Amino acid sequence: MFGDVGATRGDARALDGGVAGGSKGGLNYRVHGGEGEAARLRLVDVSKSFGAVRALRGVSMEVRAGEVHALLGENGAGKSTLIRVMAGVHAPDSGRIEVGGRVHGRLTVGTARAEGIAVVHQQPAMFPDLTVAENLALRLEQAGPWSRWRRDRHERRARECLARLGSGIDPGRLAGSLSMPEQQLVELAVAVGAGARWIVLDEPTASLTRREQERLYPVIDGLRGDGAGIVHITHRLEEVGRLADRVTVLRDGESVGTFGGRELDEGGLIERIAGRRVEGMHPGGGATRGPLRLDVHGVARAASGLKPCSLRVHAGEVVGLAGLVGSGRTELARVIFGLDRPDSGRVWVDGSEVTGTCMAMERGMAMVPEDRRRHGVVPEMGVAANLAMASHGRLFPWGWLRPGRERRVASEWTGRLGIKAGPAGSLVGTLSGGNQQKVALGRWLATRPKVLVLDEPTQGVDVGAKAEIHRWIREWTGEGMAVLMITSDLPELLGMSDRVVVMREGRVAGELPGGCSASEVMGMAMGTAGSEVGG
Amino acid sequence: MRRLGREGWVGMALVMLLACVGLWAPAFFEPQPLWTRLASWMPRLVVAAGVAVVMVARHIDISVGSVLGVSGVVGGMVIAAGLPAWAGMAAAVSCGALAGALNGWWVAGLRLPSIVVTLATMVAWREGLRWGRQGVFVNLPDTAVWMGLPMVAGQGLVIAAGLGAVAGLGWWMRNMASGRWVAAMGSNPEAGRLAGIPAGWVTGGTFVVSGSMAGLGAALLLVQSPQVDPASGRLLELEAVAAAVVGGVSIRGGAGRMRGVLAGFLLLACVGPALTYLGVKAYWDKAIHGVVILAAAAMAARAGGKQAT
Repeated sequence: MFGDVGATRGDARALDGGVAGGSKGGLNYRVHGGEGEAARLRLVDVSKSFGAVRALRGVSMEVRAGEVHALLGENGAGKSTLIRVMAGVHAPDSGRIEVGGRVHGRLTVGTARAEGIAVVHQQPAMFPDLTVAENLALRLEQAGPWSRWRRDRHERRARECLARLGSGIDPGRLAGSLSMPEQQLVELAVAVGAGARWIVLDEPTASLTRREQERLYPVIDGLRGDGAGIVHITHRLEEVGRLADRVTVLRDGESVGTFGGRELDEGGLIERIAGRRVEGMHPGGGATRGPLRLDVHGVARAASGLKPCSLRVHAGEVVGLAGLVGSGRTELARVIFGLDRPDSGRVWVDGSEVTGTCMAMERGMAMVPEDRRRHGVVPEMGVAANLAMASHGRLFPWGWLRPGRERRVASEWTGRLGIKAGPAGSLVGTLSGGNQQKVALGRWLATRPKVLVLDEPTQGVDVGAKAEIHRWIREWTGEGMAVLMITSDLPELLGMSDRVVVMREGRVAGELPGGCSASEVMGMAMGTAGSEVGG
Repeated sequence: MRRLGREGWVGMALVMLLACVGLWAPAFFEPQPLWTRLASWMPRLVVAAGVAVVMVARHIDISVGSVLGVSGVVGGMVIAAGLPAWAGMAAAVSCGALAGALNGWWVAGLRLPSIVVTLATMVAWREGLRWGRQGVFVNLPDTAVWMGLPMVAGQGLVIAAGLGAVAGLGWWMRNMASGRWVAAMGSNPEAGRLAGIPAGWVTGGTFVVSGSMAGLGAALLLVQSPQVDPASGRLLELEAVAAAVVGGVSIRGGAGRMRGVLAGFLLLACVGPALTYLGVKAYWDKAIHGVVILAAAAMAARAGGKQAT
């Protein structure tokens, strides 16, 4: 939410190559007796800014060979930036990186690879049409174009690498047929095959079921036993106790500290992760709860990983939908708005059932999606066309486009939302992020919705526009609108919500009243013992 | 049965078609007409194989028909100028390779979409040839036809060259690093770049392959008649894409094997003659082609549904 905004998508891709090539031949790690400079990966005083956003501020961290070092922090605390510095994708503004006693001012992808640093990503980049063995070979071998492709040798090597992880995946299978945990094992096998001594696991368990996670733990234990230094990024606190020798917590780009694996209990960890936050900087609630507007009952969808979810939003109420990335918030919103068909469960708006997006819109529901550029606005079209787009049925009966009406709607909403559109007819793609978000909002407000679903309404929006959007949300609920707001921005969530519904692993983990604290929300989202209310 | 794969199904369909024909119209398998028919198919087969390589790399080359036309005229003019037949054939292949390299440079070097680039070169070569030749055929000396060999031997040579080229391409795709790179780039271009595959060379190279195969097709066509028709090769690109799709080449790249292309091509090519031998009106030929293509696409969609993005 704050820190990683500047990190581009291209960087994330470059990171996937972290372990490609650089075949080191042997499979055995040298264990350096545990102590000494040779067995240390150290980040010293590393800072990194993206424009005005300071993603990392003097972070120091040390990983030892033969340990699992958990890295914790909220979304946007700087974990991703830190990994990218380790993988050589980002050059730090200041600070240094010491690997086995060698000091680097910065790493490149190549030097990181040569130092044996490998990153295993949550979403592995594979060749789905090729076999597992071929996937491994392409990542590990630097073959000449006219060299023979030794299928048997590749299969043998793949089988060896996978066997070291205790996996019996058939190297002849197509990568596209692998399940998510199997793909991650193959990705780990690439790291093992490349002889990586420092392995960064970026939320490897986030997309796995509990049983699949259980199968991954012994693999990580085994790598540690072989003397690899493992950085394990996770949101699951129970994994810290299960796996980690030490823990480093990041908050707002700063290291809160490094602790022993069992030094802190879950409550202590959450306190460090969430920290003490300034609250009450948002227009207070105080809204009177009106009649029931949105009633979601037992909605489930296996393809999106949604277990049966229920929630209610009343007129005049802002319900915050909280949860970690991947907990199913956006997926639930999509089902509520009818973009995805649920396997079971029903959705009512004002007492009448809705199925499908068209009916949802007719009944007065509107949804402002998260990915503005892909789903929220049409960048190649003008402001007026964008604003009128969701209201075509009302404005243009029988599909007869009438530019006059379109302009009237546009001028009403550009005025009300203060959209700075530049010269008339300028394309939405040329506007600033904040103004684009206002256009996306305005399009749906122009439909005069009774139920508004907002997915990250202020992501990538500057502070001024953010405050304005918050003020409007309050204004609309005052007029009787029901708002369901997904946000990863904790202060926004706590400040705006009359109630907070927390999701975890595809189900509703529980509900908190307005005015709850950040650590209560984080605790429920991460699944601390005792906070489960069912769902 | 499930391990049969896409190519397997096409092969089975082909065998069944041939079995039916053998049962009801054994005359289809008389050696001399069959031999002639095979030789006449070879130019189209090698073109289809070349296009399939480009498709595996997640691109398309629709200029092959025009490239074949140009290469044929160039090769024919070399022979008409008094050089031996093999020199003319070599000239045709080189001309095709050059035209393919041009396509490859536009697509890989300038990062333009291959459909646009090859559409442009398709029109440019075709219209350029029409303007240059004014529709006049190139007349070849008698010694050039079948390379001066007796017809049966000449046909045998053409068939061997065509099948050999396809088999060679198939071996390269499966057994050499660069061949696997083609499949890898087609499967996931981003991951390919990150794995250190020289992306531009691989993509551009596939166009050189398809251009060369179009040139080879022209060369194999050249020796079959005493005249070179500058209009030959028209609509060949569509037939080539159809054969590749029926043969299990994924339009989304990454998957496809030469034996599948061979089976797909033969299946489509056999429909027409088979109908004639079975006494059915040949008008149905193209309609059946359409049905076969749709069936193949439907099968591919079902097989690939799991990893559809």
